[in-house]
Amino acid sequence: MKNETIRRIMLALAAPFAAVVFATIASSIFLLIAGSNPFTAYGDMFEYGSRLEIQVDILNRATPLYISGVAAAIGFRMNLFNIGVEGQYRLAAIVAAYVGASVSLPGVLHVGLILIVAMLVGGAYSGVAGVLKVTRGVNEVISTIMLNAIAISGLIAWLVREWQAGGSVDATATNLGVGTEPIDESGLIPNINSWLELFTREIGKGKELTGVFLVAVAVGILYHILINRTRFGFDLRATGINPFAARVGGVSDKKMVLGAMVLSGVVAGLVGMAEIAKLGRFNPNFVGGLGFAGIAVALLGRNHPGGIAIGALLFAFLDTASGVLQVTGSASREIVFIMQGIILLAAVIAYEVVQRFRIREEARLASALLEGDAQ
Amino acid sequence: MGYQPHSLHIQGEALAPAIELIGITKRFPGVLANDNVNLTVEEGEIHAVCGENGAGKSTLMKILYGMQPADEGTMNLFSERRTFQSPNEAIEAGIGMVHQHFMLANQLTVLENVILGAEPTQRGGLIDFDSASEHLEEVGKAYGLTVDPFDLVESLSVGERQRVEIIKVLFRGAKILIFDEPTAVLVPQEVEELFRNMRELKANGATIIFIDHKLEEVLEIADTITVLRQGKTVATVKPSDVSATDLAELMVGSELPKPQITDTKISEAIGIQLDNVTVLDEDERPIVDAVSLEVRQGEILGIAGVEGNGQHELVGAILGTQKISTGSIFMTGDDISNTSVRSRRENGLGYIPQDRQEEGLLLTAPLWENAALGHQTVKPFSGGWNQWFIDREGSRSQTERIRSEFDVRTPNVEVSAHALSGGNQQKLIVGREMVSEPSVLVASHPTRGIDVGAQASVWEQIRQARSQGLATLLISADLDELIGLSDRIVVMFRGRIVAQLDPSEITPRSLGAYMTGATTDEGSA
Repeated sequence: MKNETIRRIMLALAAPFAAVVFATIASSIFLLIAGSNPFTAYGDMFEYGSRLEIQVDILNRATPLYISGVAAAIGFRMNLFNIGVEGQYRLAAIVAAYVGASVSLPGVLHVGLILIVAMLVGGAYSGVAGVLKVTRGVNEVISTIMLNAIAISGLIAWLVREWQAGGSVDATATNLGVGTEPIDESGLIPNINSWLELFTREIGKGKELTGVFLVAVAVGILYHILINRTRFGFDLRATGINPFAARVGGVSDKKMVLGAMVLSGVVAGLVGMAEIAKLGRFNPNFVGGLGFAGIAVALLGRNHPGGIAIGALLFAFLDTASGVLQVTGSASREIVFIMQGIILLAAVIAYEVVQRFRIREEARLASALLEGDAQ
Repeated sequence: MGYQPHSLHIQGEALAPAIELIGITKRFPGVLANDNVNLTVEEGEIHAVCGENGAGKSTLMKILYGMQPADEGTMNLFSERRTFQSPNEAIEAGIGMVHQHFMLANQLTVLENVILGAEPTQRGGLIDFDSASEHLEEVGKAYGLTVDPFDLVESLSVGERQRVEIIKVLFRGAKILIFDEPTAVLVPQEVEELFRNMRELKANGATIIFIDHKLEEVLEIADTITVLRQGKTVATVKPSDVSATDLAELMVGSELPKPQITDTKISEAIGIQLDNVTVLDEDERPIVDAVSLEVRQGEILGIAGVEGNGQHELVGAILGTQKISTGSIFMTGDDISNTSVRSRRENGLGYIPQDRQEEGLLLTAPLWENAALGHQTVKPFSGGWNQWFIDREGSRSQTERIRSEFDVRTPNVEVSAHALSGGNQQKLIVGREMVSEPSVLVASHPTRGIDVGAQASVWEQIRQARSQGLATLLISADLDELIGLSDRIVVMFRGRIVAQLDPSEITPRSLGAYMTGATTDEGSA
């Protein structure tokens, strides 16, 4: 059976590997067309990415991407498309920052409160889409897109003014003064440089590995347990595979839609926590786009806790290492967006091909064993 | 549509057969669907291909019709070697398929349906309805099939819709027609009409391949009969040389199993009771109309009726997936009218769905997860010290138990459900419902599309459970199953229960009359 396991792992890796190879080749063509040398460009990126400080940046970028990917994956597992992670995490971040700044508590409690508020806000906001779907049959894609607009250009734009530190923005102040009241040190998740330094040399250049990395690891483990071990996860997957069979099997589709939607939002609420820990407040320049990137990461990782991690790291590497291209001038940094797009497209196709191959394999195996049985 | 009669051929001359299939082999996940099958169909004959469900008939026809490639073997059409990559190529070669499930657009007229996909166009790309309706009339006349081309398909009866399917095939110039279990959806009167049409087609030179597993029908209509069993050609015989029992033996390989009630130990206790239950459809029309019935412990109540007369919604109401607008439902004495599906199932309601792939299985999930479906909240699938988690070991060993007790043929319990054959999938479903020892079982077409061995074992399981006090509501289109298993039979027509019958006194013919609404006998069960 050991060979079987190795085989299965190889098969699982075949698709993303093929996708990355294909994307590299395709991107090289674009680079050549643009008059750049692909080898120099990739070489620069890898050299840059091999530095410890840059690796910290990559992990810092991968952390929210991973959480966002898991949030999207929870919905995907039952064919729910939560496009609203974007709005959910930003709304969660501003409310958590406000609440965090208005209390003073000892460290663990303070951090815990901020995380819980963020999860509650994320869950409540995605829950709106869930309730709309369950009670009125509103498609969650439509409602979460709408809710994104309401959150980002409505609620947050209003709350930023409403909760501006000191009541109003001082026009003469620098950007540093804009945003919610700063959170006390006790509420900020500390960096975990010392953990990483157990394995590496000292991290220089004032780089800090976000402590939210550990939150992301916990989210991944809990996601795995929830989906693959619990009854709720079983009901969720069953609904995703065959909603009719799940329904006659006693799974309440309404409860599952609401449950999965809220849970997706709860996880989405954590996406902005690394940024909060870094900035100590919410400001108008708060990082955006992580929700949409999470959808891509979940797709790339096949909604699998380990796969999402690989996807998040890959996208984080491309995002971060592309910075060097501008410095060295070996290529335009926008090439990474092309690469990310091609990887995603190629991965979706490659998964399908491998899936078909796997079904055929299984069928062959089953019939071979049966024939052996009959003899 | 020029049709040339073939009466010019001299009797006795060795004609090239219309179709020759030689050594056809086709493998599927875990099954050898066709194993070196040979079939020779002479021009102008009605050739029945029969065999139990799962014997490989449908696969053979799909290969012939270009829907699936054969793994091995050759196909000759009028002595010419052919392979079809798609049904379009088969159609071009003059082969037409009359599907068991109609492929018609209800909102379109008969004419529009007939030309759909083969629209004759005039200049400017407009559809040439005039020449199309002319052509349709010619085809109808040539083969003695009549139906008004301007009727909406939704206004037609089942028999008429089937006629539209036949005309559709002829319209495209088919000379060889494959009928895939055409009588499955028809009531006895409609079957006679179909057979008249088939004889007419034959008299006009068409070659017909008729797939069926109902022996009386086969003997009545066929000129030649080829019997398949477990994917192999068993025999090719003339109907005059064999009796129904001979045929049955060829098909089954042994005695034909007949469901029979052996004992009658119906208790006083009521398993499931429906009191004036009404279910409304989207247009607020009653699709289940004031139905009252009761099934006692140890009793099997059969529900007969042409599909689409409210049986499916009635099942939904009992299961809890369908909201009831009036009335109440009691299970072993408790009012369950407003409880969830899950609570009903936890309290001992077993369910064998009519479509195992649509409602019964998670095709891409392993067998042990499929065995847990519907019972995931109770032991051994979960529960015990931590009820929120699935007990993976318990689930696997329970699935092993189902596998051995219900003879589910599978290499192990980790393979996906789609790797199993239909019969084995059904045995898995029956097994998971039976091992949970339900007090009430709703069985909807429990043996549809499975081989005779599996069918016999399912019947045996239901009978055994019955003698231990199970109350069973049996919905079936297989009249032999219905009559043989049931203690009582009620007939549903347009959402109402129109008759209650004693299985020992009814014939398929009298039942057919109630089912079509030809006779009504307002009664209650």
